[in-house]
Amino acid sequence: MIRVQREDFDIGAEIAKLTADNRRIGGVASFIGLVRDMAGGAAIGAMTLEHYPGMTEKKLAEIESEACRRWPLDASLIIHRYGRLEPGERIVLVVTASAHREAALASCAFLIDWLKTEAPFWKLEETETGGKWVEAREGDAAAAKRWVAD
Amino acid sequence: MKILYFAWLRAKIGFAEERVDPPAEVTDVAALLRWLQGRGPGFAAALQDLSVVRVAVNQDYVKPGHRLNRDDEVALFPPVTGG
Repeated sequence: MIRVQREDFDIGAEIAKLTADNRRIGGVASFIGLVRDMAGGAAIGAMTLEHYPGMTEKKLAEIESEACRRWPLDASLIIHRYGRLEPGERIVLVVTASAHREAALASCAFLIDWLKTEAPFWKLEETETGGKWVEAREGDAAAAKRWVAD
Repeated sequence: MKILYFAWLRAKIGFAEERVDPPAEVTDVAALLRWLQGRGPGFAAALQDLSVVRVAVNQDYVKPGHRLNRDDEVALFPPVTGG
């Protein structure tokens, strides 16, 4: 399941809802991304997440389908927020559930790695010297590539 | 053809969306980018380094050789930074 929203989310409630009524699930993995108060040595007052409505949902759904193709998942959830967020606020939630932990943990890492390089979101940080667009990290591309078979 | 601009490309170009009618020789993404570069200083600045410009056509990533249709939705944006 995919959700792109401005509002915050309740991690416990989301996981409880996702796993309710499915007794095959034996393991649940989650990743939660938060806004930090520092970036590259500069203090961050807030950040604004921009996205491409339509393509965002399409890419997230494709990534989720790929995870379901690779691992035996009983349930999965991606929630990504947009708009203005302050340090400490939640940005993204990825949850995967399977009979065993291996599939849940691996697919959760896969989803967040691919989401970071494929989903059309951009971060504008508010610093003391003005707004600064976050640049893509080489490490993120490398993390996504490790899931591609040679 | 509808063109969308996001993040710092939008900031440099000055608006988020436009409808364009490029000349007939603009048949693929690479030609569209060359044509856009010549449309003014904002476009020239935003599209100066194409290694940091990603292109999506009808909401899928494409390469420079991708052929364009008149009713395509083309989006130009920097490498993504979500998550």
